[in-house]
Amino acid sequence: MHDVAAHAAHHAPPTSFIRKHVFSLDHKVIGKQYYALALVAAVCGMILSWMMRIHLGWTNAAIPGLQWLSSTGAPGGVMTPEYYLQLMTMHGTIMVFFVLTTAPFAAFGNFFLPIQVGAEDMPFPRINMSSFWVTFVAFLVLMSSFFVGDGPTLGGWTQYAPLNAVGSGAGPGQGLGVVLWMTSIALFCVGQLLGSLNFITTTLDLRVKGMSLMRLPLSAWAWFITSCMGLTAFAVLMPACILAILDHVAGTSFFVPSGLVVSDQLVPHSGGSTLLWQHLFWFFGHPEVYIAIVPGIGIVSHILITSMRKPMLSQRVLIYCMGALAVLSYMVYGHHMFVSGMNPFSSLAFSFPTLVITIPATITVLIWVFSLYGSKLRITSASLFALGFVSMFVSGGVSGFFLAQPSIDIMLHATYFVVGHFHMVMGVAAMFGIFAGTYFWFPKMAGRMMDETLGKIHFWLSFAGTYCIFMPFHYLGMVGNVRRYSTFTDDYLQPLIPVHKLITIAALITGAAQLVFVYNLIHSRFWGKPAPDNPWEATSLEWSTASPPPFDNFGGQHPVVYHDPYQYGVQSSVGDYVMQASPEQVKTEHDEK
Amino acid sequence: MAKFFAVTIIVIAILSAIPILRHTWDAPEDISTHGHLIDEQMSETMAEAGIAFLAAQFLLAIFIWKYSNPGPNAKLKNFPGGATGLVIAAFLVVGIEVLALGIFGVKAWADVYLTPPSANAMPIQVQAGQFAFYFRYPGPDGTFGALHPELINESTQNYYGLDLDHDPDAKDDIVTAEMAIPVNKEIHLLMHAKDVGHSFYVRELRVQQDFVPGLDLSLHFTATKIGKYEIVCTQLCGLGHYNMKAYLEVMSQQDFDDWLKKEAALQ
Repeated sequence: MHDVAAHAAHHAPPTSFIRKHVFSLDHKVIGKQYYALALVAAVCGMILSWMMRIHLGWTNAAIPGLQWLSSTGAPGGVMTPEYYLQLMTMHGTIMVFFVLTTAPFAAFGNFFLPIQVGAEDMPFPRINMSSFWVTFVAFLVLMSSFFVGDGPTLGGWTQYAPLNAVGSGAGPGQGLGVVLWMTSIALFCVGQLLGSLNFITTTLDLRVKGMSLMRLPLSAWAWFITSCMGLTAFAVLMPACILAILDHVAGTSFFVPSGLVVSDQLVPHSGGSTLLWQHLFWFFGHPEVYIAIVPGIGIVSHILITSMRKPMLSQRVLIYCMGALAVLSYMVYGHHMFVSGMNPFSSLAFSFPTLVITIPATITVLIWVFSLYGSKLRITSASLFALGFVSMFVSGGVSGFFLAQPSIDIMLHATYFVVGHFHMVMGVAAMFGIFAGTYFWFPKMAGRMMDETLGKIHFWLSFAGTYCIFMPFHYLGMVGNVRRYSTFTDDYLQPLIPVHKLITIAALITGAAQLVFVYNLIHSRFWGKPAPDNPWEATSLEWSTASPPPFDNFGGQHPVVYHDPYQYGVQSSVGDYVMQASPEQVKTEHDEK
Repeated sequence: MAKFFAVTIIVIAILSAIPILRHTWDAPEDISTHGHLIDEQMSETMAEAGIAFLAAQFLLAIFIWKYSNPGPNAKLKNFPGGATGLVIAAFLVVGIEVLALGIFGVKAWADVYLTPPSANAMPIQVQAGQFAFYFRYPGPDGTFGALHPELINESTQNYYGLDLDHDPDAKDDIVTAEMAIPVNKEIHLLMHAKDVGHSFYVRELRVQQDFVPGLDLSLHFTATKIGKYEIVCTQLCGLGHYNMKAYLEVMSQQDFDDWLKKEAALQ
């Protein structure tokens, strides 16, 4: 099995620049391409959030240069209400799809999954290359909506029906903007489906000799579980997007019922269901939360173990918890729809598994925290971000307890409480996972070390800054501050505007701190200290090869795995650890087999 | 560095909890008959989630403080009981919490959504459209006129598409831009969307319900305190979403009767 699989993944090294760096079949290049795409997308998304925050704090402020993006959406640089919604939609879409999905899953997964299982590459390199380029085209299609017609859609990243289907009469961007959004996301789904297919087959079929499933590192397990989620979740969103496009361009009525009147005109549709879109979207949308965060759980666990110099209390329990989160994520999606008008008994049916999902989440946190007990924790930029991830995961997780209950959701639904919750748990926590992964794996990816001092400055500003931004969101939501308002005109919202100003200042500072990271990344890429093969004294297979790895990952060798992934706290010839590919026999108390 | 990080986590956790303990950001006073159940559920959840939040952050900070950068002679230890004890504790503690919140929460939800309005509840229809609410009272005949979407015309103020020439039920319907209700009288709110999705949110009443195009829904509640409150839209409905609002006036029965007569005269 292993020999056949290794042969299937084998392909000759490229010779031309184009095949080496652009249309590359090498999973490592594709991983770096995904990372670069996510980085560009993250910068775009962050700039959009800056502009939104400035507008929320100072509604009439002119934002220099914004008029160049849209002279009608921001005349003189002052954002119109509709342009705020358009930027908000693009911020959410870019961040959820092109950053939180691509970086922790597609980027790191592409680069490291084959190496961690000991393979030369993914089994279907051409499909893998297609996966990236389809995703890249999806990003271009999305961004093109800034420059065509009356701009991007203003319907939010959830694109609820029938606002997404009744055409440009419903507002700027609701014609061509929606079609471009749907096209982009349908393409994105295709890219992720192709990627998921490769991830699953890589994990199941390309493991080297000795690499049993339970010997896979937690990061590899996380990517495998995420790819299983991706295969089902994106397969639902893609046809939903196609149906929405048909409602626009072919006169169908999948999501538009009869009798609607927009701008005094009777909408020529009948027979559709607006709630159908919500069911299809959230059947994807809630697993998407876990598609964003489960890779982070795996990456952070992987890094924490290396930093603690001891394995988690139970690797097996963590794997089961990630699996439970994945399965339950499909059973809880209706908690986004408690006040949507679906049958109120359904709300109770969706509430219970939503509350139950806190059990595997709690166990995961307990395993992390109590594994620190008795450890020899090394503080690095990577471990700081990993520990910050745990703190954020807790903070964002407990607020989910409120939103799981339909009765409380009556008060908190569509308020800043929800925005604070998901930003902390799937936004900031996932970003911290990406940062932790970057500081940890950069030496392997680039062959150079990142600057630790800059990394720690980046961490402190990000950790304190994100709490200053998103914790107050919860308080605003408790007062009833409705989200997705471009301006706060309601009487009861007036006293909250100073809080929004403070949040804006925190967001600007925290955002600026990310420039430290970008500088560190670029500077280290070219001028960083050369990285040794195993700078963190880690055990998994990616540290058994050169930094950066050769084209075929292991220099013509097929590693053999002799140990569980995290053999720390042992006496070996190299130190307090033994690598998975080392035949050295050591006495350990941590082997779970 | 590690000790500073531990202190930072504890400071952030305490600072996060202070506004909650001081009730700085509470919801406004409840003016409904059912809202206290929601508020109690919120308080219980806050207590449980708050304890979990503080305990987890404090433990994280303590372990970071204690076990970071130990000396060369430090020995690795595992938490007594290992993962098994933690898994059992999580199932027991969180499981009981989940069951308790789930079961008690049903009552608060049921009061709003699972019980029908009483037979003498007062029907009021609300239509949501970009970007205004319009309210309709059935008039002396107690019957709403039928809706004809094709007759909707903002310029003639026929917001509901009523056939005033041919439909006798519609003739006495009273359409207003403001909602008035008598205090301590159950209201049966019939919700209709004209164009896209909207929502009806009154914080003080502890109600929030989406308008679903193509699906007429209803809601019932009783206001217990006279006053003027804001109705806002919480479902993204387009460029004017931020400004889609109306006022709810809770009045004495006498004031309400007078108001309704005045509005009827204006039709």
